[in-house]
Amino acid sequence: MSLLELVDRCRRLADPQLLVTEIPYARFLGIRTSVGDGGLLTVLEFRDSNIGNPALPALHGGVVGALLETAAILELLWAHEAEVVPKIINITVDYLRPAGPRDTYAKALITKQGRRIANVSVQAWQEDASKLIATADCHFLLPGLEPG
Amino acid sequence: MDPRTRQKLDKTSELFIGDIPHVRAMNMTVEHMHADGVTMMLPYSKDLIGDPETGRLHGGAVTTLIDSVAGLAVLAAMPDPGPIATLDLRIDYLRPARPGLPLRAHANCFRLARQIAFVRASAYHDGDPDAIAAAQASFIIKGYGGGLQADGRSA
Repeated sequence: MSLLELVDRCRRLADPQLLVTEIPYARFLGIRTSVGDGGLLTVLEFRDSNIGNPALPALHGGVVGALLETAAILELLWAHEAEVVPKIINITVDYLRPAGPRDTYAKALITKQGRRIANVSVQAWQEDASKLIATADCHFLLPGLEPG
Repeated sequence: MDPRTRQKLDKTSELFIGDIPHVRAMNMTVEHMHADGVTMMLPYSKDLIGDPETGRLHGGAVTTLIDSVAGLAVLAAMPDPGPIATLDLRIDYLRPARPGLPLRAHANCFRLARQIAFVRASAYHDGDPDAIAAAQASFIIKGYGGGLQADGRSA
């Protein structure tokens, strides 16, 4: 099943988690997702293998970046009638606070979806949503459909 | 390079590979460690796939490799390596990584100030001049107390 067929199935079943289970890297990190009143929420479960600084301990910055990027892609796939899989152009991550050894939550906001470019911003937090651990801004390319 | 500096650099890279759980989990290795540049390698693994149709790496795996090599480049540039934290990281994805091939990244700390370090990095496949990703990052040098001690030296 192609990714777009999977997205379609997930939407019909109202279960975005199916999408995540198909992405090996999301499984490797322990990323899961759910839909609630506030829309899609992406969660990075705490795992020892995600630690970057054992002295604190704190999660690896790359793992936090991966969570933010995944939340952005999932938001784009979930929120819109995607006809093509968005391709990431760039991501800028701001690290605000060390991420401790517990679950991390991420919420993406599609700032703008144009015909070819989508701007998505993401926020991540742990036990307190008012104390963000990181934010990211991403640009995605929505590839044009090939001429018929 | 004098032997003490070589020893300090080797010790730093060994600790980096050995003591950081996520670096171990990704099987990343350090291939070149020098004050003016560091190279790390990420072996391809099916666990790191982001697009199951093509087998391509998830962008997050590239982010992790780049964040790691950039941090190590700061440590390599520090006369007395100590705790650091990523402040911001920007990655431009230039081309998709090729499935099945190891990915390398090179980073250089081009400015080491007392509290902040600046790094440029790129990710690529060996032998291919066309980079997969280009990045810039800044890091906070922690443990800088500021001010002077009684003997007139900086803390």
